[in-house]
Amino acid sequence: MSVEERRIVTRRLHERPEDSWTIDGALASGAYRVWREVLRTGDPAAVQEQVRLSGLRGRGGAGFPTAQKWSFLPEGRYPRYLVVNGDEGEPSTFKDRMLVERDPHQLVEGIAIASYAIGCNLAFVYLRGEFALGYERLTQAIADARSHGFLGRDVLGSGFDLDVVVHRGAGAYICGEETALIESLEGERGMPRIRPPFPAVEGLYAKPTVVNNVETLSTLPHIVEMGGEEYAKLGVNRSTGTRIFSVSGHVKRPGNYEVELGVTFRDLVFGLAGGIRDDRAVKFFIPGGASSQWLTGSDEHLDAPLDMDFVQQTYGVMLGSGAVMVFDDTTDPLLVAWRLAKFFAHESCGKCTPCREGTGWIEKVLYRMAHGMGRPEDLDLLFDVGDNISPGVVNAPFTQTTICPLGPSVVSSIASLHRYFRDEVQARVGVSA
Amino acid sequence: MSFFTDANLARAREIVARYPSPKSAILPLAHLAQDQHGWLSPEAMEQIAELTGVTPAQVFGTCSFYTMFKLRPCGRLVVSVCTNVSCLVTGGPEILDHLERRYALDPDVTVEEVECIAACGGAPAMQVNYEFHERLTPELAEDVVDAYKRGALAPRTVSGARAGGAA
Amino acid sequence: MKPVGMCRMCLVEVEGVRGFPPACTTPVTDGMVVRTRTDAVEKIQEGVLEFLLINHPLDCPVCDRGGECPLQDQTLAFGPGESRFVEEKRHYEKPIPLSNMILLDRERCIQCARCTRFAEEIAGDPLIDFVSRGDRTQVLNFAEQPFESYFSGNTVQICPVGALLARHYRFKARPWDLATAETSCTTCSVHCRGAVQSSSNRIVRLLGVDLDPVNHGWLCDKGRYGIDWVHADDRVREPHLRVGGELREVSWPEALDAAAGEIRKVLRMHGPGAIAVLGGARGTNEDAYAWARLAKGVIGTDHVDCQMGDGLPAEVVLGVRRAEIDDCDRAGAIVVLGPDPREEVPVLFLRLRRAAKDLGVPLFDCTPVGGSLAPYAAHVARRVPGEPVGADVVELAARTARERGGPLVVVAGRPSVAEAPDATVRSIAAFGALDGVDVRVLSALRRGNVHGALEMGLAPGFLPGRVTLDAGREWFTQRWGGVPAGRGLDADGILRAAAEGRVHVLVLLGADPLLDHPDALLARRALEGVPFVVAVDAFRSESAARADVFLPCTVWGEQNGTVTNLEGRVQRVARRVAPEGTAMDDWRIASELAYRLGADFDLATVDEVTDEIAAVAPAALGATAALVRRARDGVVLPLREHLGEIVVRTRGLSILAEEGAGTSWDPIRAGGAAPAGAPAASGEPAPRTRRRRPVPARTRRRPRTRSSTRTPRASAPPTRPRCTSGTVRQAGPPRPRVTRTLCAS
Repeated sequence: MSVEERRIVTRRLHERPEDSWTIDGALASGAYRVWREVLRTGDPAAVQEQVRLSGLRGRGGAGFPTAQKWSFLPEGRYPRYLVVNGDEGEPSTFKDRMLVERDPHQLVEGIAIASYAIGCNLAFVYLRGEFALGYERLTQAIADARSHGFLGRDVLGSGFDLDVVVHRGAGAYICGEETALIESLEGERGMPRIRPPFPAVEGLYAKPTVVNNVETLSTLPHIVEMGGEEYAKLGVNRSTGTRIFSVSGHVKRPGNYEVELGVTFRDLVFGLAGGIRDDRAVKFFIPGGASSQWLTGSDEHLDAPLDMDFVQQTYGVMLGSGAVMVFDDTTDPLLVAWRLAKFFAHESCGKCTPCREGTGWIEKVLYRMAHGMGRPEDLDLLFDVGDNISPGVVNAPFTQTTICPLGPSVVSSIASLHRYFRDEVQARVGVSA
Repeated sequence: MSFFTDANLARAREIVARYPSPKSAILPLAHLAQDQHGWLSPEAMEQIAELTGVTPAQVFGTCSFYTMFKLRPCGRLVVSVCTNVSCLVTGGPEILDHLERRYALDPDVTVEEVECIAACGGAPAMQVNYEFHERLTPELAEDVVDAYKRGALAPRTVSGARAGGAA
Repeated sequence: MKPVGMCRMCLVEVEGVRGFPPACTTPVTDGMVVRTRTDAVEKIQEGVLEFLLINHPLDCPVCDRGGECPLQDQTLAFGPGESRFVEEKRHYEKPIPLSNMILLDRERCIQCARCTRFAEEIAGDPLIDFVSRGDRTQVLNFAEQPFESYFSGNTVQICPVGALLARHYRFKARPWDLATAETSCTTCSVHCRGAVQSSSNRIVRLLGVDLDPVNHGWLCDKGRYGIDWVHADDRVREPHLRVGGELREVSWPEALDAAAGEIRKVLRMHGPGAIAVLGGARGTNEDAYAWARLAKGVIGTDHVDCQMGDGLPAEVVLGVRRAEIDDCDRAGAIVVLGPDPREEVPVLFLRLRRAAKDLGVPLFDCTPVGGSLAPYAAHVARRVPGEPVGADVVELAARTARERGGPLVVVAGRPSVAEAPDATVRSIAAFGALDGVDVRVLSALRRGNVHGALEMGLAPGFLPGRVTLDAGREWFTQRWGGVPAGRGLDADGILRAAAEGRVHVLVLLGADPLLDHPDALLARRALEGVPFVVAVDAFRSESAARADVFLPCTVWGEQNGTVTNLEGRVQRVARRVAPEGTAMDDWRIASELAYRLGADFDLATVDEVTDEIAAVAPAALGATAALVRRARDGVVLPLREHLGEIVVRTRGLSILAEEGAGTSWDPIRAGGAAPAGAPAASGEPAPRTRRRRPVPARTRRRPRTRSSTRTPRASAPPTRPRCTSGTVRQAGPPRPRVTRTLCAS
């Protein structure tokens, strides 16, 4: 229980809480050193190789290997774009906001390195619209980086040009989905695109496009500095390196904690976050953001390691965006399920029928159930409606009837209710156990 | 007649020029319009359409998708209270309820319920014109809003820009 | 329209693919195995249908779509018997106007995006869009800008539910009460295919039908909604005769006798040159043919013009090498000389826009003032009104076409009636003089069947089948018993002659020179100068009100027959309602007058007229009623050049019907107009050998028509092109040649 943070991506912001976001503060703690070195070496393929060796997987939620994503870019087709996904909106995830607000230069350096590696001269940061301070600091960081010669034309005399445009979102969770994000960046309604074509082939402005998360790119300078193999030694199995976990809910010390992958949920919740307020018991927790299925306060679940593949294969849950929401034994799981359903119904873009209509239906039923108007047949109804959005969500392999995973995400809480709280729920709606 | 002021029109043209396709500028221009005007009026959308080479219907379609764009006049202070799960279990709904009652008749203040604003580490949380305020109680929240009202705190614009600086 | 994959009704299983991809967005690949009826797929499909229904209102009894609604049909076939949705449904104000013509019931909308995609992708008028999101997503126009697209009605037709409604049709009929006939719209000269529907003998709706070479299923609003006039209160329903200065209702024999009597009298006193015929471009080919035969073969006058000084000289229209609309898709370049196609021939605009925008054909916008095509033009070369296209533009267009390959399509009409046709004619001639480029012309003339009327000889100097008076003299004298001695006057000349008192009988075939002729003053003097006017019309227009005999004729929707569009494509128009009053088809009126003038046309049915045309009009040879009825895409004249392209098969949805599902998936249901089970064209004898009945070779009693027509001051346009005979080979006995070369000025 004496696990400690392993601060790599969060090192600077902890070390220089007064000025980590300024160009002076950042330079004083080594910012752009790696970028300078990358340009001096002049070998984009070497960067790609280090990223491949590092085993880095996307930190946005899906956990797709970053180097592999880059490798899908069709050879010889330019321009190509790097789009930074800074539309952090997964409920209870708040790490990217911290990284943008408090260490924007690390992100800019990561963007520069990634752009160089994939041959992109114009990168876009799609930043969640509500992050006003983050927008200010990131645009300032980019301006300062440009005036220091780290961005712009002929960066540091290397002949490489790079511009970064920060694009503010305007309040739509779905724009965290990469194709919806691209649509939004093109001035459209943020509705996911049908794939194929994948963004790597036909993305922003129909050009080859890589979309990477803020944390993913913020990790890049460190991977290049440490060397991919060295980075891969951190972590466990295919979950290499460190990740920032956003712990919230009924814990004593909610916050972002960067840990080596492989530590347990117990380490996070009871170690770093200080345990449950009033020292109550954990009733359940949601690992990986609102889209994930739930786990309970059982020892088995609390002692599960933070290993993306392990928890996926063993419990069918995701580490997702690294959010861990903890609920004590006073919590009404129906109320939580309803609020999450309300979220998904509110954020559904409306493109696919099952999600547009299904999320709203589920929200209405859960509202009734959570507020004393449930009927005995409601849980089974929810279950079947959920199955029509995400067939097989309980009995894997789960699939979806929608373009993107937003609709199916609403089913996660239903499946969890069904799995862990069936008796409690049934008793609430008048079915005796 | 131009909706944008001369200065903002120049800025708007500069924003359009950033993008390989002018339509991409719809969101930033809508933010700029709200910074200037306090909400996204039809006149603003018409000029955005002109600047980005699309129809007003398309600007309307795009902007209405996003909750930050206020298609009707709103107070100069937009108070966004989170009630998503981390705030739900720490008192967000009570704050929302309190502020909604408190400012129901206050034309300066528009209270809205919002989804997770990525401040769960400080739940319950809210934003006032996109400035974060965390670890609140209903009373603390009211104090914050009142501080903005009487000028003790300097608010951002309704689109979150610092006064005098945007986009 | 690009597939959008929104409704999710077509989810299927594809072997080797995880999950359930929508069929509509999944391209077929070699060896692909698709399953549409597994238990898992059926559960999902039923689930999606349930989702579509939970918020859908239960107002089918008062919904225009009820009875022809794909959602209703799907529900009947696959839907749940009982609703599991006990929550309150979504509510919106019902319905709201998107424009003066289109209403929207948002409660019924299933968010398929057909309307928004149509408006943006096909029409280029993105005036409606999705607004808001999630289950509050709705289609709306922008506050101050209604959905005023020339093509807005198509969205009503393609709406799969009763969300989009046409103000014209709302609450007018139940679909099962509708009788349908497939026809062509004759509002302009494009002739989009459509299905005209009636209820209780009133035309209530025109739907677009997919005619691949022409309209792709679309109609313009002018055509779609311009149908009310058929039943207008001010239709003239009975014949009238001027008695004592007043037009008084009389019987048909009285009216016809009066008209024939006056014609006979004038023939006797002044000769055929004192009789003139204006109009005829709004009827069928059969009408035009019968009137041409009456005027030129019986009366003997060549003062006949179906245009009103607002078109192009007949020599040009009939002499150029014509393009088909499909040529635009594969053209090397397209040149638009005017008018603005969206204004005058709207669906041609859709085809031109598609060619330029989606198919990448370089389009040269050479209209004098620009217009709707400019945004899609590769080159904009404004010409000075009244001036032809510059030589540099001609050369650039030619070079572009040569480099890309494919024909150079020239869209040519009158950009404005204030401009003489010279500039257009000289421009066409300049393109025609090019070497090494396949130049083809689409004549964008306004009037509905003006191409058919010109082909049938309702123009000075021409006889039916694109032959000149001289070239056809022998042939038609043999068949009609006579033709005018010399070239007559065009509309300008006729009006001028009338104003000078040299026209004693003026026949107005639906013509209203007072309103339509560019020189209104001349038209007024002309009508004042004519002692006797015969009006064959459906309305008492300003000009027709001046008639001494008014003969009420049938109109579109009341008539069977054929029409010819700007490509030279002959299609059938169908009678769907009984005529108002005792209105008579124009061809029958002509035939009755001919009989009274001593010539028996011996034509009992409209098919007999069509067949006579197919037998005597050189360019129309072989286009018999039977062939046109069976030809899926109509027939393009001259027939021999296009025989291989005539696909004779059933139109419509028989393939789906064979599945036994008994459901309609497509909102377009043309109904029983198309003959079922017709054999394929290949292997059939050449249609031109299938003459149904002998052509009447002589008239019973020949009137005095052989005397030379007076041709006072032939009003040849200053730049009338010299047309030489073409090179179409003829088999059998010598027939006149089809005029068939590009004119050179």
